[in-house]
Amino acid sequence: MTTVENSATRVDNSHTPVVLGGTRGGPDQPTLRTDRWWLAPVITVAILSSFVIYATWAAFVNKDYYAGATMHRDLISPFYSPCLTQGCLTTGASMGGHVLNWWTISPALLILIFPLGFRMTCYYYRRAYYRSFWWAPPSCSVSDAHKSYSGESKFPLIMQNVHRYFFYFGLIFNVLLTYDAIVAFNQPGIGIGVTVGTLVLVINATLLWLYSLSCHACRHLCGGQVRSFAAHPIRAKLWKFVTPLNAKHMQFAWVSLFFVAFTDIYVRLVASGTISDFRLF
Amino acid sequence: MTEREHHDYDVIIIGAGGAGMRAAVEAKQRGLKVAIITKSLLGKAHTVMAEGGAAAAMGNVYKEDNWKVHFRDTMRGGKMLNNWRMAQLHAQESPDRIYELEDWGALFDRTKEGKIQQRDFGGHLYARLAHVGDRTGLELIRTMQQRIVSLDVDVYMECKVVRLLTNDDGSVAGAVAYWRPTGEFVTFSAKAVVIATGGVGKSWKFTSNSWESTGDGHAMALWAGAELQEMECIQFHPTGMVWPLSVRGILVTEGVRGDGGVLRNSEGKRFMFDYVAPMFRAETAESEEEADRWYDDHAAGRRPPELLPRDEVARSINTEVKAGRGTPHGGVYLDIASRRSAEFIRRRLPSMYHQFMELAGVDITREAMEIGPTCHYIMGGVRVDAETAASCVPGLYAAGEVSAGMHGSNRLGGNSLSDLLVFGRRAGMAAADYAESKAPISLNEAQVSGYIADALAPLGRENGENPYTIQHDLQELMQANVGIIRKEDELVEALEQLEVLKERTKNVSASGGVSYNPGWNLATDLPSMLTVSISAAQGALERRESRGGQTREDFPKADPELGKVNFVQRQTQGAGYLNPISISPEPLAEMPDELKALFEEAK
Amino acid sequence: MTEITMRVWRGDQNGGAFENYVMPKVEGEVVLDVIHRIQATTAPDLAVRWNCKAGKCGSCSAEINGKPRLLCMTRVDSLPDGETVTVTPMRAFPVIRDLATDVSFNFEMARKVPAFNPIPRPADGYRMQQIDVERGQEFRKCIECFMCQDVCHVIRDHEENKLKYAGPRFFIRYAELEMHPLDTNDRRELVREKMGLGMCNITKCCTEVCPEHIKITDNAIIPLKERVVDADFDPVAWLGRKILRRTKRTSEEAAVQPD
Repeated sequence: MTTVENSATRVDNSHTPVVLGGTRGGPDQPTLRTDRWWLAPVITVAILSSFVIYATWAAFVNKDYYAGATMHRDLISPFYSPCLTQGCLTTGASMGGHVLNWWTISPALLILIFPLGFRMTCYYYRRAYYRSFWWAPPSCSVSDAHKSYSGESKFPLIMQNVHRYFFYFGLIFNVLLTYDAIVAFNQPGIGIGVTVGTLVLVINATLLWLYSLSCHACRHLCGGQVRSFAAHPIRAKLWKFVTPLNAKHMQFAWVSLFFVAFTDIYVRLVASGTISDFRLF
Repeated sequence: MTEREHHDYDVIIIGAGGAGMRAAVEAKQRGLKVAIITKSLLGKAHTVMAEGGAAAAMGNVYKEDNWKVHFRDTMRGGKMLNNWRMAQLHAQESPDRIYELEDWGALFDRTKEGKIQQRDFGGHLYARLAHVGDRTGLELIRTMQQRIVSLDVDVYMECKVVRLLTNDDGSVAGAVAYWRPTGEFVTFSAKAVVIATGGVGKSWKFTSNSWESTGDGHAMALWAGAELQEMECIQFHPTGMVWPLSVRGILVTEGVRGDGGVLRNSEGKRFMFDYVAPMFRAETAESEEEADRWYDDHAAGRRPPELLPRDEVARSINTEVKAGRGTPHGGVYLDIASRRSAEFIRRRLPSMYHQFMELAGVDITREAMEIGPTCHYIMGGVRVDAETAASCVPGLYAAGEVSAGMHGSNRLGGNSLSDLLVFGRRAGMAAADYAESKAPISLNEAQVSGYIADALAPLGRENGENPYTIQHDLQELMQANVGIIRKEDELVEALEQLEVLKERTKNVSASGGVSYNPGWNLATDLPSMLTVSISAAQGALERRESRGGQTREDFPKADPELGKVNFVQRQTQGAGYLNPISISPEPLAEMPDELKALFEEAK
Repeated sequence: MTEITMRVWRGDQNGGAFENYVMPKVEGEVVLDVIHRIQATTAPDLAVRWNCKAGKCGSCSAEINGKPRLLCMTRVDSLPDGETVTVTPMRAFPVIRDLATDVSFNFEMARKVPAFNPIPRPADGYRMQQIDVERGQEFRKCIECFMCQDVCHVIRDHEENKLKYAGPRFFIRYAELEMHPLDTNDRRELVREKMGLGMCNITKCCTEVCPEHIKITDNAIIPLKERVVDADFDPVAWLGRKILRRTKRTSEEAAVQPD
């Protein structure tokens, strides 16, 4: 029996025409859904808007972001870390003091660009705000609100592709906030100990790490980009580690967002003397 | 009237399942003009329902395995009624056919060494089934489909062939079909035609087959002068769903048993130990302990009786239910929940998990499944030459379920997918050879217009019978009288009733237009459903013995004399569903001595 | 409730309307069973596409109460009790008749995929590890019901985008090939330039409707987007190309059809 050679079989199908038009079935209505599909986008708008309003106020207010040695504490708000001004220099906590002492408006405006950029370009938040703010689409099988649509293929939305660079910057901020959490164990004039504020900073840093490490770009860079895991055993391990985290990226995105705001509020209340930071042990 | 659409091909293939697509690949690679015609969309063929795997003696898990063992398993599974040459070619060639799929992108489950993983299945001595979880058929279909697309084979989708066309010398000339979306007719002239239309299960009430399995290929081949054989040998898969009623018959893969699932009756007893036939006693475990050792190490015990060939298991379940030891819905329990971890079940049997969860509300990681036999596969079909898959009609080839011989009277699980590949390829090659030597075809217009008129007749008829009613009555009849256990008087009655149904079908009418009209489409399926039903009942009546897919209550034993013959059916007094079918025994080809020796060794 | 009211859209290229059918309720039925009973009794010409009736072939895709669903996998008792069940054809494709739609767009897109192009087969056969085949296997679970294509607003709401958008079903196909340990083609430029990967705004409806529970967005589309970033949007690579005066390979050069 002879084997047949697969000769002259290369075919170019790339020019297959696509036919447009034709009447579609069903009534011409934006949606036939009868459930409360609008609820999720409404909640998203409410929460994200509240956060943005609060963060804007907190960033501009430029005070009460640091509880220092006068209070026997070393707590800095994540909105204002790393410390770029003299406002938090009393103990040498955190890094970078004096760097920008010519800068007169709130340092948070410089700092927040990075976490904001990370979250704005995050694959999860993109889903959330495209649905709720942009209505493209507001929910599945509900018509989107736009006459024409090019998605992320053109400027400015093509810039979403820089996500991984924000991820890298985000990692730097995670290191800084981790450092802040560690120094928060030191209560100047009292010694090493744990206060509620310490725990808040530790939890905040942990959640931000979880949010960053669960990021889709992280998963890709850890190992997702390789064709063969068998050929890259270490990257396969990293990928296997971050993959279950990635499945919870949405949850981490929300929880870390809430908590970073809560951390700022807590430090603010302590720094302004509204409450005192309870020492646990 | 606008001019009828017509196409001219070297080879047309009717049916886009595994066999059809494999044949198309082969013919197309030869540089011929090839088309596939399918009555569904591409990639929806019934092959996707195959779950367990494709049997091939690659020896990746058990080095002892080779084609001779596979051949022997296949012949014994078929109760020696197989065409020995087909079984041999199949056993020898299936490993290459599986490897070839990898060249085209298939992703089989792997062993630790990175080879193709193989799983245990009923009737196979060694773990032999290359698989992808429990959706191997889908993998095969998708791989072939993508190969078809990359080779640029023309595909006519939702295009139903109603009749084959023939030349004056009796050789095949092409086919006439209609587009289901528009109802417009189209003719194909072809030097060679490969039939790969699959099975006939839709004539039964409880079946794992889809609506497409109406036996079109069996019937059209018979009408065109081809011979059928073993039409009585129908496999009732032991494990189909039984509840809820609307899903009754849907397949539960044999992989559940291969992976440790056991059958229990309502008393909780693992009853299969009571039903081990002498032929299989030497290699089947005698106790539950021995059987359970086997799953991890085949050297530590013999096979569990749940993994006997399908005909044996189906009959045993039937007996248990009849003896009053069935479940509330008339099945028995298939239990894997108490034997394997939830994680294991979800990983190995993901689609079974979802199927029961979503359709029956049963969590198979916690509860036992209720299962019972379901009409699954026809071993019989077009009588073909082993090497070329050629029928006795020049230019007409058949491969896959529509062909007969390969599986004898009972098919082993996993042998179907490899059958498709081995004989799909062979049919494609032979059809290409034939087409290359053949002059262009011109169609017989009178033949064409006659067939078109026949197909359109139900639309023009006023106040005729509803095709759904006829289909319903046919299914009830076949289920009751030509089911898993058969009797002389019931078969005689079935044949009488089928004559009545023939008359009623002459008067069928379909309301509505020609465009995507399921009522009319069904009316055009009825003739082939009737033809295959009559063939099956005739065969069942004539084969007065029990063997594989033919079980006679009045002849419960196998008859050695009948084991030497095929029952061959032909139409000699005019073609078409209204004309009679003759049946006669013809001797099986004799196996050469070196193959016979394989069975001596095993004893 | 002992009865169920089905509101089925019936029509063709010339338009159509809803028709109501009241049927007795039967325990354990799926929506397709009810449609079949309507066919067998009052409307034999009611068009619906179906094959396996077991959720394995992906033929009976339609929309139930406005959401893409497989008719054969939607149990009647999972729908709000006593409420009318609205069944319409898939919205993103032209209707043929009643519930059957013309899905040829998908077959056209399938033809544009540069095929699997493996490394030469070693003498003792290909070796692959389970961990490597598993990524592709998830995507090969796809039953081609095309509900992800149907729900994707990029083409559902913008017909013109069909000219330049492959859709979720084919993004998982591209992802599968890009993750295949034996494949040698590079389709990243192709998906960016011609298959409209950038148009996907990852709103995840494809993942929500997938009856096979394939994580289309997380495991295929986003990894593809990141691969495109590797190839096209990396500023360092871009600078390197400028300095070394190299041009990127075109999509045709990077992904060829195998022999």
